[in-house]
Amino acid sequence: MQDVNWVALSIFLALFGFVTWLGFASARWRKGDLEEIGEWGLGGRRFGTIVTWFLVGGDLYTAYTFIAVPALAFGAGAIAFFAVPYTIIIYPLLFLVFRRLWHVCHKHGYITAGDFVRGRFGNRWLALAVTVTGIVATMPYIALQLVGIQVVIGGLGVTGVGIFGDLPLIIAFVVLAAFTYQSGLRAPASIAIVKDVLIYFTAFAAMIVIPIELGGFGKIFAAVPAQKLLLAVPGSNTTGAYGSYATLALGSALALFLYPHSLTAVLSANSGHAIRRNAAMLPAYSFMLGLLALVGFFVIAAGVHDMPAYAEGFKRFGNNFAVPALLLHSFPSWFVGIAFAAIGIGALVPASIMSIAAANLYTRNIHREFINKNPTNKQESQVAKWVSLIVKAGALVFILFVPTQYAIQLQLLGGIWIIQTLPPVMLGAYTRWFNDWAMLVGWAAGTLAGTLMAISTKLTPSFPLALGGYTFPGYTAVYTVILNLALAIVLTPVFNALGARRVPVDATVAADYHA
Amino acid sequence: MNGVPRKRGGWSWWYLLFVVQFVVALWPPFYNKAEPHLAGIPFFYWFQLLWVLICAALTAVVYFATDD
Repeated sequence: MQDVNWVALSIFLALFGFVTWLGFASARWRKGDLEEIGEWGLGGRRFGTIVTWFLVGGDLYTAYTFIAVPALAFGAGAIAFFAVPYTIIIYPLLFLVFRRLWHVCHKHGYITAGDFVRGRFGNRWLALAVTVTGIVATMPYIALQLVGIQVVIGGLGVTGVGIFGDLPLIIAFVVLAAFTYQSGLRAPASIAIVKDVLIYFTAFAAMIVIPIELGGFGKIFAAVPAQKLLLAVPGSNTTGAYGSYATLALGSALALFLYPHSLTAVLSANSGHAIRRNAAMLPAYSFMLGLLALVGFFVIAAGVHDMPAYAEGFKRFGNNFAVPALLLHSFPSWFVGIAFAAIGIGALVPASIMSIAAANLYTRNIHREFINKNPTNKQESQVAKWVSLIVKAGALVFILFVPTQYAIQLQLLGGIWIIQTLPPVMLGAYTRWFNDWAMLVGWAAGTLAGTLMAISTKLTPSFPLALGGYTFPGYTAVYTVILNLALAIVLTPVFNALGARRVPVDATVAADYHA
Repeated sequence: MNGVPRKRGGWSWWYLLFVVQFVVALWPPFYNKAEPHLAGIPFFYWFQLLWVLICAALTAVVYFATDD
């Protein structure tokens, strides 16, 4: 690997040091009693439109996204652009469904999806299913953020053997864990502002400078092999790449706001207006993500993949090294320092929010429900703080001792699992027609079928569904959530007729769901 | 508002603008082509990027036209 890039490393460390200070200092930002879980874990629901924009943007468009989407474009071509329709259709969902959830959670002091499902359907086992799914799906996602940090540290030329090789990552994580413990959601909210400024700066500089260096977009796209340039037109008996593209976009979109960290960021907003405004403002990030996907093609056109200087990086990190290699190749060291800091800090923000979200879930829907039913505020926030540490330590151990590929595959499974909570959470925002036990059966069937289908396709996202001589390749999450829903719909009247125990009380009323 | 009772939190015809966003974004045959290029960028890419901006504008229209 190349030598240590001292200029880039110094700038990287300076920016990292700044956000570390910011993370601790933000405990005093919009001051609240951090020994109360709503303050620690939701920032006191005080964030207005602008901070929410930064927070949700920093939360959803993670460092791993900025590494992995261009890497996919580099390796697989047009299919990577599914990230664009995906991030288009999340915002109508945010506008309609999650605005309703914000209102009901605000009225009842709900902190998590588990809280809402418990109140709406009165079934703590259904709430437990939502909770466990949320925590399990989040863990590999945190681990993936570490992969983002690992790649940029490697790109800076910092290498070592054994424990010294892992030391930078361990330090980054101890810092992350400490400021999250101290400041709660306020830390990632304030750091997100710094991160996003750096990311936008990097993205737009890259979009302007690199195409000029490479002789314009015409030359760049001419260098892309024809089979990568567009989706393959499907044959006669299949929906082919079109089906995969559309279902990947739809399934990923449906899953996204079901992830605990998304809901945590949404619930921390101070009004339904802030949510609705952000549905129109957050697409700025989608636009940037689309531009960054094109960077995958810049990598092809620049030919960095074949340059000996980056061979070891590609060997170690695979296609995930594509973006760092291109940045190293195209920019002076000081800019590389800023860009890599953007990616590294871009990993801290979601990792922090994810650990807070998982901690909130454990505290509210497992600890409070099953272990200590009447905690004091202080006890509750203390449990959450400890769990946030445990969750992050788990992710760190995972990344240090398990091959990266497993984290990626588990994150893929996580998407299939989390979408199974759609009926109680998203549809629950509109109706409680569904029988709670019927939804639990649907959830179990969807989770089991999704896991088996993913294993049968060797842990790739697309499952070739064969029906009557036709093949419909599509995202497993979409197929299995349809199965889940169908079961919940069929079983609801059956279970109601059988008199399966229905808790008569819905803690919420229709007026709770809007302003 | 102003004491006039209105149906709130229900259906609005403006939400059809969301349906338009969904249908176009999720129908690849519509945009899976190279021509026309724009500044050297194939249609597939520039159209979807443009659609992001149009959808943001449509969502803004719904925001101003409907209640919370």
